[in-house]
Amino acid sequence: MKLHRLSALAAFCLLAAPAMAAPPSDAEVIRVLNRVAFGPTAADVAHVREIGIDRYIAEQLNPQSIPESPELTRRLAALDTLKLDPIQLFQEYGPVRAMGGVKPTPDEQKARRQRSRVIVEEAQDARVLRALYSRRQLEEVMVQFWFNHFNVFAQKGLDRIWVGAYERDAIRPYALGHFRDLLLATAKSPAMLFYLDNWQNSAPGSRLPGGREVGINENYAREIMELHTLGVDGGYSQADVISLAHVLTGWGFARPREIPHDRSGFLFDPARHDFSPKTFLGRTIQPSGEAEGIEAVDMLARSPATARHIAFELAQYFVADQPPQPLVDRLAARFSQTDGDVAAVLRTLFESPEFRGGGEKYKTPYRFVLSAVRAAGLQVTNPRPLIGMMARLGMPLYGCPTPDGYKTTEAAWLSPEATTHRVSLATAIAGGRLPLAAPAPADMMASPAVVPVADKPEPAPVDAAALETLLAPVLSARTRAVIDESPPALRAALVLGSPDFMRE
Amino acid sequence: MNRRDFLALSAATFATPAWAATAEGGPSRLVVVMLRGAVDGLNVVVPHGEQAYFDLRPTIAIGKPGGENGALALDGHFGLHPALAGLMPLWQAKQLAFIHASGSPDPTRSHFDAQLFIENGTPGRRTTEDGWMNRLLAALPGPRGPTDALAVGPVLPFILKGRLAAANLPLGAAAAQKQAIDRPEVASAFDKLYAGTDAQSIAYRDGRMARTELTAEMADSEQQMADAGAPPANSYPAIAGRLARLIGQDKRIRLAFTALGGWDTHVNQGNHKGQLANRLKPLGDGLAALAHDLARNWDDTVVVVVSEFGRTAKENGNAGTDHGHGNVIWVAGGKVRGGKVYGDWPGLAAAQLHEGRDLAVTTDYRTAVATIAGRHLRLGDSQLAQIFPGAPSARANLAELVET
Repeated sequence: MKLHRLSALAAFCLLAAPAMAAPPSDAEVIRVLNRVAFGPTAADVAHVREIGIDRYIAEQLNPQSIPESPELTRRLAALDTLKLDPIQLFQEYGPVRAMGGVKPTPDEQKARRQRSRVIVEEAQDARVLRALYSRRQLEEVMVQFWFNHFNVFAQKGLDRIWVGAYERDAIRPYALGHFRDLLLATAKSPAMLFYLDNWQNSAPGSRLPGGREVGINENYAREIMELHTLGVDGGYSQADVISLAHVLTGWGFARPREIPHDRSGFLFDPARHDFSPKTFLGRTIQPSGEAEGIEAVDMLARSPATARHIAFELAQYFVADQPPQPLVDRLAARFSQTDGDVAAVLRTLFESPEFRGGGEKYKTPYRFVLSAVRAAGLQVTNPRPLIGMMARLGMPLYGCPTPDGYKTTEAAWLSPEATTHRVSLATAIAGGRLPLAAPAPADMMASPAVVPVADKPEPAPVDAAALETLLAPVLSARTRAVIDESPPALRAALVLGSPDFMRE
Repeated sequence: MNRRDFLALSAATFATPAWAATAEGGPSRLVVVMLRGAVDGLNVVVPHGEQAYFDLRPTIAIGKPGGENGALALDGHFGLHPALAGLMPLWQAKQLAFIHASGSPDPTRSHFDAQLFIENGTPGRRTTEDGWMNRLLAALPGPRGPTDALAVGPVLPFILKGRLAAANLPLGAAAAQKQAIDRPEVASAFDKLYAGTDAQSIAYRDGRMARTELTAEMADSEQQMADAGAPPANSYPAIAGRLARLIGQDKRIRLAFTALGGWDTHVNQGNHKGQLANRLKPLGDGLAALAHDLARNWDDTVVVVVSEFGRTAKENGNAGTDHGHGNVIWVAGGKVRGGKVYGDWPGLAAAQLHEGRDLAVTTDYRTAVATIAGRHLRLGDSQLAQIFPGAPSARANLAELVET
C-alpha cells in the first residue's frame, strides 16, 4: 500500500514535471540559444527563461507561429533584387544580348556584370540581418545549414545573379520541411544547374540551342550522390555516376530566348535528353524524360544511406564534431520513419540527452561574428563590415568555391591566425568604431580589423557590464577574474575575444 | 613499353632499396603548392608524341610544338602548356622537372577524399590524425618555432595539422595591415586570457609569435613592393612574391604551403587559351617570380606542385574533362635535376588507361615527395617511413631527381 502510494506520487510528479520544473539555469538557456539560435541576446535569454526551453524549442520548430520583427520585415522589403524571379534576374542582370544583330561590346558586358554585384550584396545583407534579428532563429540556422549542404558559389558565372533567388526559392521554403522537396528544389534551381554544370549535360551528340554539339557531364551526378544525399561511402559506383548523368540529361534553365515552363527558370529540354533505359543503383529506369530525374531524386532522398548521411551532419552541427553514434542512428531512423521530415528529426535531436547535456563546439567564423553582435546588442543597419569579417576569417558569405560547403568542426577553424584575428575583430566590435550604422562604404572589402583612424563616427563602445552579465554563466571563473583585473575600456573586447566566447 | 613490361619494371623498381639519405640537417626548405579541384595534367605536360592524345581531345588538345599555339617543346614526347611559358627559363636551366602519370594510389574520384589522402599522406585511410607536412616538420632537426612551417591563408590546412605548431597567414593585399592585437595594451590583456595549456591558448600564443615575427617583415616588404609597383593582389604572383620575401627574411621557414583553387574544369576548359590557360599563367609566372625573388635561397628550395587527381583522358560532352586518376607533379628548385620528365609513361591507348578512361598512376605521390624529402631535406628511411607509413619504397628512376 505504502509502496503503491509512493509510486502514484512519483507518477504524479513525473506527469506534472514540465509545469513544476525549476526554471532552466542560465547556462542551459545560453547553451540552447547557442545551438537553436545564433547565440544569446538579452531579450532571448529573458524569453527562454520565461517560457522554458521546451516551449522555446517547440516555438522555433514552428516558425510560422512566431510573428516576425516588423523592423526586420521593413528593412528586407527595401532589398529590390530579392523580389525578382530567376527569369527577371537573367533578363535584367544577365549578359547583355545582341540587339538587331549588333553584338554588345566588352565594356557593355563589363558594366552589366558590375551592375549585377548588387544582387550578391543584397542577398548577403538580407542573410546577415535575418540571422541577427529574425525571431525565427532556428529557421535562419537551418537556412544556413542547408545552403551550406547544397552549396553554390556566387562568383561562378551566372550564379552571381541567382544566389539570392536560390536561397529564397530552393532553400528557405523547405528549411524545416521535407528533405525530398529540398533536394528536388535544388536540383531544378538555375543556380545549382549552372554551378555543377548540369545545364550542359546532354545526350551524346545533341546540340545546345546555339548549335554547339554537347554530351555527358558527370559533375552534378557525382556531387548529388557524394555530397547531397548518399555520402561518399553510400554504395554507388562510377557506373552509377555515369547512368545518373544520363538520367539528368536535358535538365537546364530557360535562356531569355526560350519559353520557360514557369517562373522558376527550370527548363527540361527533351531534345538533349537521352531516352534510352538506364540502370541506376541496381534499378531499371524506364525512359520517360524529366520524370526519370524525379524518380532518381526520390530514390536518393529515400535511401537509408542518405538518412545516415544527413543524420550525421545534423548531429555534427548541433552536438559534437564526432557525434555519438547512437544519436546518429536514432536521427537516421527518425529521418526514414518521417520520410525526411527535418522538423521531426530536429525535435528528436533537441530532446536527446546528447544534445541537452552535450559538449561544446568551436564556433565557425559565421557564428562567431553573428553571436558577438547579438550578445553586444548592436543595432546594425549596415552589415558590410560584418560580411567583410567573415571573409577575412576564411568564410566569405556565398563565397565557398567548392560544392562541399564549409566545414563546421574545430579542426577546420581553430588555427593560430584565426585566434589572433578573432581577438582583433572582437576588439573592433567592442570598441564601437565600426560603421555598422553608416551607409555602405564604397570599398566593401575595407578591413574591419584595421586600427581605426580619425574621421570615423564617434565611437559607441559596447556596454561591458551588460555583456558580462549576459554571458557570465558561460565564462569561466578564470576568464572573469582576468577581465575584472583589466582596464575597463578593454573588458567588452575581452569578453567577446575570450576563449570561452569562441566556443558554444 | 607494353603493359606487361611496365608491370615487370614496376615490380623491379619498387623492390629497389632505400632512400638515399643522411641524417643531418641543413637550411633546405620545401614549398608545396596544392592545386585543389584537380588540374588537368594532360594539358599541363602534354603527351603530344602520342596520337591517342589528339584523338581523345578533339577540341581541347594543345597542338604539337612548333605549330601555331602549340605546346612548348620539352623532350620530344612531352610539351608544356603555352600559358606556362614563364617557366621555360627554369626548364632550360634544368631547374624544373615533372613526374608524369603520378598521383595517389587510391582510386577515389571524390575531390574531398582525394585531397585528404594527399594531405594526410595515407591514401585510403581517412582517420589519420595529422598531415604529412606536420610529421615532416617533426622529423627535421633543430629547435622548433611557430614559423618553421607556414601555410598561406586564413585557415590552417590539414596537411600542416598535427602535434607541432604551424603558422598560417593570409598573404593577400591586406596581410600587413595593423590589427587591434598589434597594440601592446590589447595584446597584454589578451595574453592573460590565453595563458593556459588548452588548444586555444596554444593557438593564440603561436599566432602572436608568428604575427610578431612575420608581420614586421611583411610591413617592410609591403613598402618595398609599393615602391616597386606591386602586382595586383589576389594573384599568385603577388602571393609568391610575398612568400619569397618572407623566406628571404626569416630563415626559420622550412616548410611552406599554398593551396590554389579553380581547376575543376568540367565545362569549356579551353586549349591554348581559355579557363585552364587563364589559371595556369599566373601560377607559372608566380613560380618563376618565386625562383627569381628567392635569389640565393633558391638553391636551398624545392617547390612541389601537386593536385588531388587528374582528369579524364577523353574530353567530356562539354569541352571539359571529368574526374580522373593520374596527374603530373611539378618539381622546381635550384638543386633539382630538371629539364627532364620523370616517371613511367603508361600510355593513353584504351587498354592502358585506368578503368578504361583515365591516365594510370605509375608513381605514387608519396614516393616522389619522400625522394625529395630524403635527398633535399636529408631525412633517413625510418623518418620517411613515419611521414608516409606504408608507402612504396623509392623508385630507381627518381633517384636523380634532386641533388643532395
